[in-house]
Amino acid sequence: MKILKKAQAGTLESGDVLVTVKPSDTLMIEIESPVARQFGDAMERSARDVLESMGIYEGAVHLADQGALDCTLRARLHTAIHRALQDYDADVAGSL
Amino acid sequence: MRRSCLFLPGNQPSMLQNGMVLACDVLIFDLEDAVSENEKDAARELVSQALLTLDFGMREIVVRVNDMETPHARLDIIRVTEAGADAVMVPKTVGATTVLKAASILDEAEEKAGLSHGSVSLILLIETAMGIEKALEAASASSRVSALALGGEDLAADLGCRRTKASHELYYARAKLVMAGRACGLDVIDTPFTDARDAEGCYKDACYARSLGFNGKLVISPHHLEPVHRAFRPDESEVAYALEVVEAMRRGKEEGRGAVSLRGKMIDLPVLTQAKRTIELAEASGMLGTKRRAPAKGDGEE
Repeated sequence: MKILKKAQAGTLESGDVLVTVKPSDTLMIEIESPVARQFGDAMERSARDVLESMGIYEGAVHLADQGALDCTLRARLHTAIHRALQDYDADVAGSL
Repeated sequence: MRRSCLFLPGNQPSMLQNGMVLACDVLIFDLEDAVSENEKDAARELVSQALLTLDFGMREIVVRVNDMETPHARLDIIRVTEAGADAVMVPKTVGATTVLKAASILDEAEEKAGLSHGSVSLILLIETAMGIEKALEAASASSRVSALALGGEDLAADLGCRRTKASHELYYARAKLVMAGRACGLDVIDTPFTDARDAEGCYKDACYARSLGFNGKLVISPHHLEPVHRAFRPDESEVAYALEVVEAMRRGKEEGRGAVSLRGKMIDLPVLTQAKRTIELAEASGMLGTKRRAPAKGDGEE
């Protein structure tokens, strides 16, 4: 599956991460974080894990991190992708 | 134990993290009023991920879902059940209709999550005039219902009256809710005190709630945890008496008697029930040296 439109989730508040996803021919992950040196690799692994679990193999992902926990990163990315795929609630409801 | 039931906004990660260290009995992650309409999906996902990964210790985990009349409610209940919530708080409950709708979604959610039927309980938030009048009907509508809670702000708006610190305008609603809840053997949780800076006002309000029969109080600020816990802390003589009651009843049971005499008065099962409740509060207050949960930030703080 590929990202069809630009979408965002999260904020730039402390403890959060603003996730932006956009269409792209390849899968790209860009991380901007004050703790990128220590946790950049772990953040990328989590992002790839979420993308894979949602079947996303094409798209550009930008993470503007403000010290978010792993669960926050995963939640925001999940939401951004659902928004990019449109009709989030309808999709989820349909799959339940 | 539901002395202090603290609301945390569902779409603020830093606040959700605080939930791990705040010394409340119950954490209520809010997907309703604290979340704007266009962020409902994000909050649902954030709370679910937090429940799946963060350690909130022994606290009871409750999620206030959206109004059962909105399309969000079903998605909320299914997602948070899967993520491990202990209970769902149902806002704007009006009689059995609201309860049965929530219970039916929970049936489905538990089945999908592989949980046994009845694993997740319901806490009914009652905050309208009709809701108050139908409190007993709602309380007895499903075996899932474990508590009733009062939403005083919305109720005052529905009544068309001013909400005051003295809360005289809520007297009937409070009394009615306690009666309905207790009649069904449920916990009853009082409305929050809304002035976050007035700890003493919160203490007095919580003392009043306790005197009416409430088990605890909804809390909207961590600053109110200490005054609420103080209000529900039994005094030394109450605890001493409760311990004597339990011991006397134990001895009475050994001797095959249902009622026994203590300090010149007959005591029986209702007295024992009350004594056990006092001991539970004493333990939670750290008066009996029983460690109910790990010490957390906010214990003993003003």
